[in-house]
Amino acid sequence: MVEEIGTTDEGDLIINIGPQHPATHGVLHLVITLNGETVRKVEPHLGYIHRSIEKMCESLSYRQFIYSTSRMDYLSSHINNHCCAMTVEKGLQLEVPERAAVIRILMDELTRIASHVLWWGAMAMDIGAFTPFFHAFREREMINDIMEETCGARLTMNYMVPGGVQFDLHPNFHRRVKAFVKQLRNKLPEYDELVTHNAIFKSRTKGVGILSKEDAISYGCSGPTARASGVDCDIRKTYPYEGYEKLQFEQAMSTDGDTYSRYLVRMVEMRQSLSIIEQLIDNIPEGDFQAKTKAVLKLPKGEFYSRVETARGEFGVYIVSEGGTTPYRIKFRSPGFSNLSALDHTVRGQKIGDLVAIMGSFDLVIPDIDR
Amino acid sequence: MFLKDYFNDIAQAVGSLLSGMRRTGYYFTHHKEIITEQYPDNRATLVLPERFRGEVVMPHNGQNEHRCTGCTACELACPNGTIKIVTKFELNAEGKRKKAVDAFVYHLELCTMCNLCIQACPTDAIKMAQSFEHSVYDRSQLTKILNKPESKLQEGVE
Ligand code: SF4
Ligand code: SF4
Repeated sequence: MVEEIGTTDEGDLIINIGPQHPATHGVLHLVITLNGETVRKVEPHLGYIHRSIEKMCESLSYRQFIYSTSRMDYLSSHINNHCCAMTVEKGLQLEVPERAAVIRILMDELTRIASHVLWWGAMAMDIGAFTPFFHAFREREMINDIMEETCGARLTMNYMVPGGVQFDLHPNFHRRVKAFVKQLRNKLPEYDELVTHNAIFKSRTKGVGILSKEDAISYGCSGPTARASGVDCDIRKTYPYEGYEKLQFEQAMSTDGDTYSRYLVRMVEMRQSLSIIEQLIDNIPEGDFQAKTKAVLKLPKGEFYSRVETARGEFGVYIVSEGGTTPYRIKFRSPGFSNLSALDHTVRGQKIGDLVAIMGSFDLVIPDIDR
Repeated sequence: MFLKDYFNDIAQAVGSLLSGMRRTGYYFTHHKEIITEQYPDNRATLVLPERFRGEVVMPHNGQNEHRCTGCTACELACPNGTIKIVTKFELNAEGKRKKAVDAFVYHLELCTMCNLCIQACPTDAIKMAQSFEHSVYDRSQLTKILNKPESKLQEGVE
C-alpha cells in the first residue's frame, strides 16, 4: 500500500472497491487512484477466493479432477468440464461417440446462453436498471431446469467425463429445449427494447472504455471482450473441436471496442448459439453416450493441451503426465485473468462512474480469475 | 441544424424510454406471466427431477438388507474423502471369514455431489436422493452412517 501511495500526485485520492462490493460480482478488490472524478489507475488485488485448484488437481485422478473446474468459472461449468475431458481423451487417444459429441455441443451452447443471459441482467443492473435482471432470470431458469433434469445439478454438473457424458439425455430434453429456444427467440426483441435501444444505456456505454485491437491482442484478451475490438479469436471457428466445423454460425464481431460493442457482441452470440442448437436438436445421432474406458485412467508420459471457447473466452487445460494415474502438473488458462489485466489500461482517463459499466462489459467471474 | 438534432435526440430518447416502459407496464398488468416460485410455501407440491443429486443414500429392502459389500471402490473414487468404509470380518454360511461393511461413514458436509461414487459402485448399493434441505445446527449432524443398524448384506450380492 505504501508503495502505491508513493506513486500518486498531490490531490490524488485512493479508494477501495471490494472485496465485498456488489459491483465487482465477487470478491475482487480494486484499489483505484482518482484525480477528481477521473480514474488514473486501477489495481486489482486477487487472492480472496484462491483455492489452489491447480495444486489440488495434482493429487486427484483423471476422473476426479474434472469436478473442481466447475468451481472456477461456475457460469461455464459445462464448457470447463468439456475441456478437461477433451484433454484427457487426447492423452488416451480416445474417440468420443458421435452422440456424445453432439450432446456436448448442445450443453455447451445452452451454458453459453445461460451465462450471457445472466450477464445481460447483471450488466443492466450495473448501469442502474434493475428490472432486466428478473427478465434474465426467467429465461435462465428454463436452462437450469433442463440441466437439472438431464445432468442432475443446476450449476456444478460434472456431466462431461472422459469418453463422453455421464447420462443419456432425459426423454424430456428435446421438448424442453425446443420450448426454450422458442421462448428466448420471442424474448430477445424484448431485451433489445428494454436495454439495447434505451437512450440512457446507450449514452452510458457508447464510446466509453475503448480497448483497441492492438491492446486486446497484447493483453491476451479473448472471447467477446476481444471480438468487440475486432480480434477474430473464436476458438470454435479458428480451431474447431468436437464437430463445430460442421455447423453454420458466424463469429460475432465488432470493431469499435467500446462498452456498447462488447454488449452487442454478446447479444449476437446468444442468437448464434440459438441457431446452433436449432441445427442440432433434431439431428442427435443414435448410439452410445459414453465410450468404453478402463476403470483407472492412465495417461502416457507427455504433455497435453486443449482449448475451448467458454462464454468468457479461451479456456485451456494443460496436463503434464509422468505416466501415472494422477497428473504431474496441471495448468488452467482462464479467460477472465487475461481480460481483467486489460481493465487498468481501459479505464485510465475514464470517469469513476463508468468504471462499473466497463467492468460489467468485461464479464468477469472472480473464481475463474483467482483459482 | 444543431437545434433540430438536439430536439431529435430528445424525441428519440423519450421514445426509447417509453417503449421500455410499455414492456414493464405489460408485465405489471399481466399477472399470469409471473413465474416466481413461492418456495417454503410450495414444499408439498415441489417435485425435483429424479436425477437431481442431493445426498448419497443407501437403499435397504424390507428385511433390513443392503447391497454394499464393503469393497471401498466408492471411497477410492471420491475426490475429497467424503466416504470412509469401516470393514469387519464375518463368518459366512460355510464358516469362511469374509469381509463385510461395518460402517459406511458419509460426510455430507464434504460431498460435492459429483456422482463418481455412484458410478464406481459395482453392486449399485448407493444412489442419490433428491433431498436438498441440509441445514442443521451443528456440523457433526452432517456425518451420517448410511448402513442401518443390524443391517446385513443382501443374499446373492457378491
Ligand atoms: S458424490 Fe462425489 S463427493 Fe460425494 S461422496 Fe460421491 S464421490 Fe464423494
Ligand atoms: S457402496 Fe458400493 S462401492 Fe462402496 S463399498 Fe459398498 S459396494 Fe463397494
